[in-house]
Amino acid sequence: MADAIHWIGGGLVFAGTLLTLLGGVGVVRFPDVYTRIHAASLTDTGGATLVLIGLGILSGFTLETLKLAFVWAFVMLTTPAAANALANAAFSAGHKPRIGAFQIMKGESSEGAGPAQRDGGVAP
Amino acid sequence: MNAIALEASFALNVALLLMLVAIAAAIAWTRSLVAAILLMGVYSLASAVWLVVMDAADVAFTEAVVGAGVSTVVLLGATLLVRPGPVRVDWRRAIAPAVLVVGVGALLVLAVSGLASFGDPSSPANAHVGRSYLVETPNDIGIPNVVTAVLASYRGFDTLGETVVIFAAGIGVALMLGFGPRSSLPQPPVQPGEHHVVLRVTARLLIPLIILFAFYVLFHGDLGAGGGFQAGVILAVAPILHALVFGLHATTAAIPAGFVRGVAALGVLVFAGVGVVCMANGGGFLDYDRLFMPRVEAMIPPGLLGDPTHSHNWGQHFGILLVEVGVLLTVSSTMVTIFYGFAGRATHDVGSAR
Repeated sequence: MADAIHWIGGGLVFAGTLLTLLGGVGVVRFPDVYTRIHAASLTDTGGATLVLIGLGILSGFTLETLKLAFVWAFVMLTTPAAANALANAAFSAGHKPRIGAFQIMKGESSEGAGPAQRDGGVAP
Repeated sequence: MNAIALEASFALNVALLLMLVAIAAAIAWTRSLVAAILLMGVYSLASAVWLVVMDAADVAFTEAVVGAGVSTVVLLGATLLVRPGPVRVDWRRAIAPAVLVVGVGALLVLAVSGLASFGDPSSPANAHVGRSYLVETPNDIGIPNVVTAVLASYRGFDTLGETVVIFAAGIGVALMLGFGPRSSLPQPPVQPGEHHVVLRVTARLLIPLIILFAFYVLFHGDLGAGGGFQAGVILAVAPILHALVFGLHATTAAIPAGFVRGVAALGVLVFAGVGVVCMANGGGFLDYDRLFMPRVEAMIPPGLLGDPTHSHNWGQHFGILLVEVGVLLTVSSTMVTIFYGFAGRATHDVGSAR
């Protein structure tokens, strides 16, 4: 029984880290800001969820489980909100998607299609 | 099993340190000021993880909040005050700083060879005074967290000095940059737009939780990792987040800059006042055993807190708690004062979402 708990919990933690790693690969490989945000935020939330469930199984049903649940609630609240804010800021700064429906518009103005190297759009 | 655990922890240490080196190289490499600041935040987060691995959770708390959170925000605020874009520097002007950096770095590497190896029980820090703290704390102070006992009670005078240094740093920044939003700065003509609704709802949910967590860390400092410094920096995050999302004017309307300055001074006053009360009751400065008058101490039923045979722990418990509250007040309001100083200098409101 204890062995099974170890394998299941450890497997979930491993799957979570693998998912987060895949998200990292996606951030490097995907073509534009929006798909990169998509890759990072979804895998971060999902990976953290898997890791936290795995840790909860490993720790058994104690006070630690409740603390892990709080951490999960925090991650579920903040990561999507951060991704939303990031995408919002990228849109306000004039980043255009490289794929999808907007790609048709690329023909008229090819500049600004990629992540422009101009200080991330913080300066006005 | 133990050997495997040691190997794993060694591999983790090496991986984290390599990551820190890689991030530091990326910081030196990048030409974008904003990217460098964000990478510094990443560096702080990675070093916080490393501190957790080293079992220094108290330091990791502060590193994560100040290094990755507050200082990133303050430095981003500082970029609003300088010319945007990369600055070309003539290489001849870079020679003297480069020599200085390499020289100091070499000295530091040289100094590392003189350090005791990690966890060495016979090192000076662990052999003499450190061991006596570990042995005497349960009897002298009566709290489980020896770090807090050393910080707040045995070395309370040093901690008072640290608190005063933080207070002085906040006043220094405020004197250079101003105490809050400039009075000439008009109210932002555009209210924060509707399109930041997700951010605003999330911030509204998070701010009370952040404050609650700060007080948990404060009151938990006797038992585990935590205390006034950690709680103070966490508490400071709440108004800073509020200013980032709702605008500096909304925050200073709720928490005026003058009030924050007063609280910073009040914290130092509480800390030093506890010491003076101990002196008035016939003890030394910050000698918490004499925090209560003997008449008051006699009225406290024995065994109300902890071991019934050690009623004198009452003074220690309350002394440490009061001192930590003083540290919390000073640290949090100094952080907010520094943030107000930087953000108030900006020519447009930090939070007025464009």
